[in-house]
Amino acid sequence: MKKRTITLTAYFFLLFVPIYWMVITSLKTDVEILQSFTLFPQQITFENYREIFTSEVWRSSFFNSIAYVLLNVVMTLTAAIPAAYAFSRWKFRGDHHLFFWLLTNRMAPAAVFMVPFTELYYMLNIFDTHIAVALAHCLFNLPLTIWILEGFMSGIPKEIDETAFVDGYRFPRFFRSIFLPLIAPGIGVGAFFCFTFSWVELILAKALTLTEAKPVVVTLTVGIGAEGVKWGLLASAGVLTIIPGILVVYFVRNYMAKGFALGRV
Amino acid sequence: MRQRPWLFLLPTLILMSISAFIPLMAVINYSLHTIFAGSAPEFVGLQNYADVMSDAQFRGALIRQLTFSLMALLIEIPLGVAIALCLPRKGSGVGLSLVLLGVPLLIPYNVVGIVWRLFTQSDIGVIPRILSLVGYDYNVSLNATDAFFTILLVDVWHWTPLVVLLAYAGLQAIPQTFYQAAEVDGASTWKTFRYVTLPKLRPVLTLGLLIRFMDSFKVYSEPLLLTGGGPGNATTFMSLFVARKAEAYELGYAGASSIIYLYVVIVMSYILFQFINRSSEERHR
Repeated sequence: MKKRTITLTAYFFLLFVPIYWMVITSLKTDVEILQSFTLFPQQITFENYREIFTSEVWRSSFFNSIAYVLLNVVMTLTAAIPAAYAFSRWKFRGDHHLFFWLLTNRMAPAAVFMVPFTELYYMLNIFDTHIAVALAHCLFNLPLTIWILEGFMSGIPKEIDETAFVDGYRFPRFFRSIFLPLIAPGIGVGAFFCFTFSWVELILAKALTLTEAKPVVVTLTVGIGAEGVKWGLLASAGVLTIIPGILVVYFVRNYMAKGFALGRV
Repeated sequence: MRQRPWLFLLPTLILMSISAFIPLMAVINYSLHTIFAGSAPEFVGLQNYADVMSDAQFRGALIRQLTFSLMALLIEIPLGVAIALCLPRKGSGVGLSLVLLGVPLLIPYNVVGIVWRLFTQSDIGVIPRILSLVGYDYNVSLNATDAFFTILLVDVWHWTPLVVLLAYAGLQAIPQTFYQAAEVDGASTWKTFRYVTLPKLRPVLTLGLLIRFMDSFKVYSEPLLLTGGGPGNATTFMSLFVARKAEAYELGYAGASSIIYLYVVIVMSYILFQFINRSSEERHR
């Protein structure tokens, strides 16, 4: 038991050293970053954060990111829940092939789709909008979520459906008041994965936006270059970009724990 | 009644046709043409594919990519399982551990880039400063080996927590009675792990292995931000290679290499999937 605790502590230490380093860098002055090697800032400054909060560009890009991520989660779940139900409950012609085809899209490298997405969305007149990025992210999120939810749903005995129908439940009411609550942990886990992926994705988010919907991950890369690298500013933007993610894990942790207890991720 | 599954699948099919099928067709279309900005595309059949296959740079990127992904899997899967075994099974530590493990997964790729640039940059980084104490001159922008292993280190740091979470979920699902039975039979710790834990972990590890394989095969932002694909081509992996060609507007070439790339990922994943499934069936017999 002792050995486990030591291993675990060591692992978490290594896991968080790089993050700690970014956090303290964000609180240092540029001079200190460049000229000395300090484990803790000699003089804590919030100048970098002030610069971000007062900048219209940073604020709107944070808003853009949140907007398309939420849009993507809603779109993905709306499509994935019925699809996963179909895969878990019914046999139909080509179901295995379709399932594998869906998964192959999870494998598709985003770089492959960069150009065609740009052209297609120009044509549909949705280039540089939240919808464009949210739609593009469905390419990866939808297959994964269907996969996750199918696992959860298959863990729920078919007899539950049948009993409900015998008891005179119509399908929509059964689905809403019996089935959905049963797979709620699965939905939580699925939403978590969608949020994560969409929040962190860079290639497509960068290719599909210019100004109107420019997400924070792209604004961050823009911060590199120009007049030398502003490490402190980048570090504080990095810190701010991590926070929404941490909040989400914090809020869904109980769902996740339940999902984990069922052993289905 | 027979149409019912398709009705349920309709939203998915519509979304996937917009975000997957149509773009894929477009890529295939590019790959069969020679495209120059400003002039009409010229149909060249499979010429682009032949060019890609005989391009030493493409082959180099592909081999580098396979090496990288296999090394990442060989480190991340065992390490992930080992850490999961160390996690507390119940109590107040569980929630905290899960949240902590979730943190690296939620860091956007280019923030990962920032974190590690701060860590590895030759003038301000932590790693070069520490390694210089033991007399090693670490430099990601000059030394190919340093660059390659730095990207690997970043991948291990970033994604092992995912394997830990999956393995942990699998562990939680194993009923305690199995362990009690093993204890009654006097099985050693290793044998209990080998014959009770590991077989039960197979489904989640399959999932983890596949996700990690697919994603490590797509590694893009880390080399882009940390090493720019260099020095030389030491960290030019497949995604970076394809994106470079697309950005240079060599769409025919980029299209053909994309299709080959996609084909390799799908075939490798399928083999991996079949291999794991088959060996688990043999065990059950």
